[in-house]
Amino acid sequence: MNLRAVGAIYKFEMARTWRTILQSIVSPVVSTSLYFVVFGAAIGSRISEVQGVSYGTFIVPGLVMLSVLTQSIANASFGIYFPKFIGTIYEILSAPISHVEIVLGYVGAAATKSIVLGLIILATAGLFVPLHIQHPVWMLSFLVLTAVTFSLFGFIIGIWADGFEKLQMIPMLVVTPLTFLGGSFYSVNMLPPTWHSIALLNPVVYLISGFRWSFYEIADVRVEISVAMTLAFLAICMTAIWWIFKTGYRLKR
Amino acid sequence: MAPVISVSGLSKTYASGFTSLNNINLAIERGEIFALLGPNGAGKTTLISIICGIVNASAGKVAVGGHDINAAYRAARSLIGLVPQELHTDSFESVWATVSFSRGLFGKPKNPALIEKVLKDLSLWDKKDAKIITLSGGMKRRVMIAKALSHEPQVLFLDEPTAGVDVELRKGMWDVVRELKAAGVTIILTTHYIEEAEEMADRVGVINKGEIVLVEDKAKLMQKLGRKRLSLQLQHRIDAIPEALTPYHLTLSGDGWRLAYDYDTKGERTGITSLLGDLRAAGIRFVDLETKQSSLEDIFVSLVSQ
Ligand SMILES: Nc1ncnc2c1ncn2[C@@H]1O[C@H](COP(=O)(O)OP(=O)(O)OP(=O)(O)O)[C@@H](O)[C@H]1O
Ligand SMILES: [Mg+2]
Repeated sequence: MNLRAVGAIYKFEMARTWRTILQSIVSPVVSTSLYFVVFGAAIGSRISEVQGVSYGTFIVPGLVMLSVLTQSIANASFGIYFPKFIGTIYEILSAPISHVEIVLGYVGAAATKSIVLGLIILATAGLFVPLHIQHPVWMLSFLVLTAVTFSLFGFIIGIWADGFEKLQMIPMLVVTPLTFLGGSFYSVNMLPPTWHSIALLNPVVYLISGFRWSFYEIADVRVEISVAMTLAFLAICMTAIWWIFKTGYRLKR
Repeated sequence: MAPVISVSGLSKTYASGFTSLNNINLAIERGEIFALLGPNGAGKTTLISIICGIVNASAGKVAVGGHDINAAYRAARSLIGLVPQELHTDSFESVWATVSFSRGLFGKPKNPALIEKVLKDLSLWDKKDAKIITLSGGMKRRVMIAKALSHEPQVLFLDEPTAGVDVELRKGMWDVVRELKAAGVTIILTTHYIEEAEEMADRVGVINKGEIVLVEDKAKLMQKLGRKRLSLQLQHRIDAIPEALTPYHLTLSGDGWRLAYDYDTKGERTGITSLLGDLRAAGIRFVDLETKQSSLEDIFVSLVSQ
């Protein structure tokens, strides 16, 4: 294992984060605060409790997930797309490093960044509403698992994309709608039966439900199913990346 | 001694269907400077990219230091430093950071003293904290060389290293290359400046349309190049070369108007004086004369214009 190479890529990616600290950390924090003002304070004050917790408190796990999902994808896809775009990828390809090491470096950095971000958002939320976390270990596990899985997903998008539109297409057209409809702001149990069945096809529902369970022990689906779904998605992403490297898809000519 | 790079039966057909390398066989000896020459689009960069792991080969085998580039990619690539033709650099990293990054990528422990030496050798020391985006094109190219040297390669590929580098720094760069060679590093370079190949290389390879058309010791080439040709434009045409002039191995042009004499400029005597005396004795007069030295460039042009 060429750990120094993993470290070099990881450090390089983290340095990029520091250079764009404003865009990386501050803007998600600002937008989350806005959600709280709008949904938590303005609209939430008119909504009675959801499943035994106040509305403002209820939306916290969903908001964290929303940012972690979108930021993981954005960071990881950009992280690998950019060297491809400017050509510095030549150095990664010609270095004595394995595919696993490349992924560890890029995905590790992207996931780290979104985990830190998730925790910052959680802390920000704590300023607006009282928080209690019933299962902190599970909470962290879901957070890490989601960050890693969606960073892997972002990595795949970054390799697949051959232009900036494509880089943004999947996050915008697929991920954002799925997250918004995935129960960030409501419980899918509040939906009428038909919509409820449709909602259960959305993988993000399982992530948010599991994550919310770790906070308040309330969930839309059983927590075991949430864990299984997250792991399944992780496995799918890993297989896809294994295939990409095996065939050299869009990395080597 | 086993060659440090051996390429056998290497072919590359791009996804577009274009074949840019066709059955290349090549052995690079340890410690030599090998100049790869060829016109634009000949396949030089493609060949280098395959050896370095950036492009997949369609057929054939490549071994570096005896390690297959696919089966033992780690061992093979650890030996190689690459300075690509295109200037691919990060913009906002500092020179120091980007050069250190390269060393880390190759799994080598930190060595600030070495990086300092590399940057100084390449006249980049005063720019070590500068962001790459603030450097000129020639400086960026030197940064890329520094990146390749940062991990102490045993084989160094320089794909047109001197393109866009000014005369003085180019000389400095060749000093660095000579020093590397003295330290036992094998160097493969491509260039469009043939004098550069003449000056630096131990061997020269010419590639054209994806095929190697010549691989030759530079010394042997220079022997051929050391020859000059004296052409004489005659006052009256002759039908045959007089018997008395046989020792000069002259050639007479088809129309009988020109005589040519090949001689070695490096020889003790060129024989020109006696030839001219003997011509006079034979009653052959000429109206004009010219001498011409064949250069690597002539050989190159004749090879690639076929
Ligand atoms: N990705 C690609 N897809 C299709 N054809 C390609 C690709 N890359 C290179 N080629 C073609 O392969 C041939 C060889 O290109 P290569 O870059 O190896 O030439 P070169 O000898 O390095 O030329 P130059 O002196 O201009 O650098 C060219 O005809 C080029 O158009
Ligand atoms: Mg080239």
